[in-house]
Amino acid sequence: MIFLFAGFAALLVASSLLVVLHRNPVTSALFLVLAFCSLGGIYLLLQAEFVALVQVIVYAGAIMVLFLFVIMYLNLRQDVERGVQTAIRRGLGWLVGAVLLAEAFALIAKRWQVGPVSGGPEMLEGNTQAIGRALYTRYLFPFEITSLLLLVAMIGVIVIAKGRGGTAAADDSAEEKP
Amino acid sequence: MREYLPILLFLIVAAVFAGSTIGMSSLIVPRRRNARKDSAYECGVDPVGNARARFTIKFYLVAVVFILFDIEAVFLYPWAVTFRQLGLYGLVEMLLFIVILLVGYVYLLKKRAFEWD
Repeated sequence: MIFLFAGFAALLVASSLLVVLHRNPVTSALFLVLAFCSLGGIYLLLQAEFVALVQVIVYAGAIMVLFLFVIMYLNLRQDVERGVQTAIRRGLGWLVGAVLLAEAFALIAKRWQVGPVSGGPEMLEGNTQAIGRALYTRYLFPFEITSLLLLVAMIGVIVIAKGRGGTAAADDSAEEKP
Repeated sequence: MREYLPILLFLIVAAVFAGSTIGMSSLIVPRRRNARKDSAYECGVDPVGNARARFTIKFYLVAVVFILFDIEAVFLYPWAVTFRQLGLYGLVEMLLFIVILLVGYVYLLKKRAFEWD
């Protein structure tokens, strides 16, 4: 178990570093897919099967497609950032990184535990069943609100992509690739 | 945890197979390069322009709609495995959820989001 965790964690750290350090944005996005998949492996080791599969299906599958599309829309040929903005971004990056590092040290100092949490109530049923029972009884209202959120997103994407007139507002400068 | 062992073995075999194939071919392949060989392969046609051209927004529309219905499908999994416990109550709440999304689906259909133009 500890070897599996170490393997997935090493893969996750390596691919995350490559996401940040690689110069080609498309390659970075593909390494993010690998990072999401290894994160799914870690969720599986924590016995969170449903979260692990959602991680792979929704994040690695669907959201990364959106990421790739956005990269292609922005048409990034080279690093466009220079000047003062870069300095601000660097400073912010170091600051956030330091905060995260401090959090990690605080976590390690208190307790170092990997793998499934022991000592909790014994799970007689699957993880997905537990989520289902909680979601469709106690958290019924947030669940129904989710459908409204999805509806808003559907209308929003139509308004953005097709324009208010209902006709396709085709961008003339955009070349269509077959 | 033990039932995931085949998946782990599958992952390991896939990684080893892909890695060894690419690694071996990069080790033993003869390298005689010329400009024609180094160019991108485009079905016998000489490559024209940059592959990183800008796409139309229509692809993005399809991708977002895919994500939204993907999330709807994800909510169906925990519902399906607890369907018998929830009974009629569960059926009604899932129907409400799907009807609200159906409104969005009809809206997309009316706005001709699925037609390519």
